Amino acid sequence: MSDIFDGLAAAFWLLVTLEPNLVEISLRSLQVSLTALAVACAIALPLGTWLAVQRFRYRRVTIATLNALMGLPPVVVGLIVYILFSRSGPFGVLGLLFTPTAMIIAQVVIITPLIASITHQAMRDLWAEYHDLLISLKTTKVQRVRTLIWDGRRTLLTAALAGFGRAIGEVGAIMIVGGNIDHATRVLTTAIALETGKGDFALALGLGFVLIALALMVSLITHWLSQTEREGRW
Amino acid sequence: MVSPVLPLKVRGVSVRRGARHLLGPIDLTIEGTGLTMVLGPNGSGKTTLLKVMHGLERPSEGKISYGLARAEAERRQAYVFQTPIVLRRSVQQNLAYPLELIGRPRDEIRRRAGEWAERIGLGGALSSPATRLSGGEKQKLALARALIRKPELLFLDEPCANLDGRSTRAIEEMLLEARAAGTRIVMATHDIAQARRLATDAILLINGAVHETGEAPGFFDAPVTSETKSFLKGDIIL
Amino acid sequence: MSFTSLVRAIARYVFVTFILATGVFAPLSASAETLKLAVTTSFNNSGLSDILLPQIKKDLDLDVQLLIVGTGQALRLGQAGDVDAVLVHSRAAEEAFLAAGYGTHRREIMYNDFVLIGPSGDPAGIAGSGSAVEALKKIAAAKVPFVSRGDDSGTNKKELSLWKKADMDSAAFGPWYRAVGAGMGASLNTASGMNAYIMSDRASWLKFGNKGDLKLLYSGDPILFNQYAFIPVNPKLHPQVKTADVARLEDWLTSPKAEKLINDYEINGEKLFVFNAKR
Repeated sequence: MSDIFDGLAAAFWLLVTLEPNLVEISLRSLQVSLTALAVACAIALPLGTWLAVQRFRYRRVTIATLNALMGLPPVVVGLIVYILFSRSGPFGVLGLLFTPTAMIIAQVVIITPLIASITHQAMRDLWAEYHDLLISLKTTKVQRVRTLIWDGRRTLLTAALAGFGRAIGEVGAIMIVGGNIDHATRVLTTAIALETGKGDFALALGLGFVLIALALMVSLITHWLSQTEREGRW
Repeated sequence: MVSPVLPLKVRGVSVRRGARHLLGPIDLTIEGTGLTMVLGPNGSGKTTLLKVMHGLERPSEGKISYGLARAEAERRQAYVFQTPIVLRRSVQQNLAYPLELIGRPRDEIRRRAGEWAERIGLGGALSSPATRLSGGEKQKLALARALIRKPELLFLDEPCANLDGRSTRAIEEMLLEARAAGTRIVMATHDIAQARRLATDAILLINGAVHETGEAPGFFDAPVTSETKSFLKGDIIL
Repeated sequence: MSFTSLVRAIARYVFVTFILATGVFAPLSASAETLKLAVTTSFNNSGLSDILLPQIKKDLDLDVQLLIVGTGQALRLGQAGDVDAVLVHSRAAEEAFLAAGYGTHRREIMYNDFVLIGPSGDPAGIAGSGSAVEALKKIAAAKVPFVSRGDDSGTNKKELSLWKKADMDSAAFGPWYRAVGAGMGASLNTASGMNAYIMSDRASWLKFGNKGDLKLLYSGDPILFNQYAFIPVNPKLHPQVKTADVARLEDWLTSPKAEKLINDYEINGEKLFVFNAKR
């Protein structure tokens, strides 16, 4: 129990004093995960919607694969990205290993299937509702996807949130591809792993509370945004 | 003035889904001006016929052709469904949507959406969600959205099936206006009184086949076959 | 739209989004010259890096980025060319690394020592043993819980070599011998939780915050000395290695300034490292 109180106290002091290291680490966590989220959404939202709209031969197989990929173990993703981007790997010349970019790539791989899968499920229902109208209006495929994404944006927000939660709380992959380098690739989760390794539970817990607070904050802001929209316009 | 989309020719068209025979074979021509009323009991194939003519469904056999190339002809048509489909957007955005799709300028879109909202009595509700409108308001909105692109050929599938008298009258007035403005209309209904009020000619479908066609007053006042007679009288025919 | 043009369109879309996204969330990277150095957990846990790195940055305008891993992984990173140099402590592995041509040379920098930690009650009675090997023999005889890193790190290799010296096969030990396959800190956490014996480097032990009932029981045998060596990665295999910066770093690490900083570094009044680079 005293560990938890020490952790709370440590978190409190870290936050109150806006400890520069903590601020830097938190900002990097946000930078990496939000960028990964933006890229993943740019791929997953159209992909998931397209899968709901388009009939093609291997559609079922594709969807099943997507659902299976949701459960990709981050550590394995990390290892594969590591091997690909290692100097002796196929993309070694890019020199991306142990940079935030490599961490972003790993997180994109981890969360894209998750977001795409949730998107597909939500869009399937909306498409059933809109199908006849959009066909009658002779919409192009791109227009259909755009309409569904726009009108389903609130459900998609939930999908994005789920992706963000998975990204920001992830440690296995980014530890491997980022290397947890101080002032370069250290983020909240890897810092927590490091402090736990040092036996400094108070600081580790403190960072953990900051991480939880961060995730909660993003979730609340998103919720609030969709709420105000609903009240104002709907 | 007759639209260049016409004549719409239906030649030897039949529709099957699996083992079920839904429609046909049918030969029909829609031309000139006016409002063709497609009549028939439930399951006689009214909806399927409209969908095939509009291109929403593909015929299993036969051919549909228009006075213009297919892509151009399809752009000049619109369709109103029995259960109104409204987008999860505001009234204004619902009306604007078909115009946005074809890339009209923004101020033109705003102006026309505003005009149509006024005409259907929703001028004060431009920014309220369309999904919260009543059934009658939704159908008026759907019809206005169909008319906003000034279609030359308009299909309606029992648009008043679930509406009360007042909403039905509003819809009918809009249709007569559109008809007068030169829109060729093809509409399905099983409300005989409505058919009498609106039709310039009529088609009676029974079991997926054209049973009888005719010009408006004559078709209703002096039908040829006994089945048509009893259908118009309100008897149940199978 | 044909398949290839569709693929190309998607690729362009993803690429543009990626660039925009990374641009919007402007990277927080440093602007000075950077150099990647793989170091062992024990070196980083000691806290010495917190003293040395800022000074290096000041003197050389060089950002040394530390990858904190076990010796085994550090050498792998050097072999793959993912770091510019390594600072590790496992002589046999280092020499194999050099023999295979992965590094240019090996420069000894400093040493610290390993210590034996155990429950304050010392059930195996290792305090006051004549040698480290004798202490380990007592632990094996008493069959009291012992935590091993088991991660192919320098510390792990040292421990295994000591069992060998004691003519014992660690692979044949009973359940009292727990190879946890984790870093020093995590292993110390495990030992603390199980109240077990463990071998640790002195620095990690002194800095460790979760000691519980554990206590330093034995140290001082010269066999426990732990030599750190600096090995630059071979630029012939990996042309991207920053050879010039690596040389500057090596010069600095062996300079009188580094000597003083290393020798003066203390935790709780205890000296941790002895500088022994040959100039």
